[in-house]
Amino acid sequence: MVLSAALFIIGVIGVMVRRNIIIIFMSIELILNAVNINLVAFSSQQQNVVGQVFAIFVIAVAAAEAAVGLGIILAFYRNKETVNIDEMNLMRW
Amino acid sequence: MAEAIAFYTISAFILGFAVLVVTTRDTVHSVLFLVLDFLFVAALYVVLGAQFLAVIQILVYAGGIVVLYLFVVMLVNLKRPPEAHQAPQRKTKLGFGLSAAMLVELAAIAAYGYAKPAAVVSPPATAAMPVAGNTEQVGWMLYTSYLIPFEIASMLLLVAMIGAIVLAKREL
Repeated sequence: MVLSAALFIIGVIGVMVRRNIIIIFMSIELILNAVNINLVAFSSQQQNVVGQVFAIFVIAVAAAEAAVGLGIILAFYRNKETVNIDEMNLMRW
Repeated sequence: MAEAIAFYTISAFILGFAVLVVTTRDTVHSVLFLVLDFLFVAALYVVLGAQFLAVIQILVYAGGIVVLYLFVVMLVNLKRPPEAHQAPQRKTKLGFGLSAAMLVELAAIAAYGYAKPAAVVSPPATAAMPVAGNTEQVGWMLYTSYLIPFEIASMLLLVAMIGAIVLAKREL
């Protein structure tokens, strides 16, 4: 539990502090891993495999998110030549 | 006893590599630390008795997602590191403050959870299963009780695949 919380906090710090969007995506992966560790820990503690089934779903969603997110990064980089989120202000009016 | 030692050692490695992922300047080094982190998480799954999930973790994360990240890092060939210039509006302190607020929230939830008596432990569902072994059990649950979510997850992956191709292609 404490390990999961600590990993989650590191991921949140990564999202908040870094300015490279690729690093931010990796921090999101860390957060999802923290959630998975929590699910598996409870599953092993309660002798119930439902937690592991949910962890598999989380992994599937993480893979989908990574694919779409990295596609967006590539499309954006092709247009703007930057991965710094401070310069990503296309939608600002 | 040996299990506890293994758990704490692996936990220390996971946290150390996570800190390195977030703090390293070079993005490629960060991705490589992420691989090590995922491998140690897989080792932790083995310690916790989830062997099937450990194999899935290595295949999907260390094998698939990280290769995807490496490709993007190399395609996005950075002339200058994106954090070399100090933007005047960088809100690093604000970010740390928000993270600390989140930590306080988590601690409050944990304290509240410990203050309340622990919830009734549900009877183990594995008793009703006609199969033994971790992989068999997970597969049994996945194809009986969770068949609809499983199919929805596969549809989600299909849609994500098509979306990623459409986004990354130069012109259709």
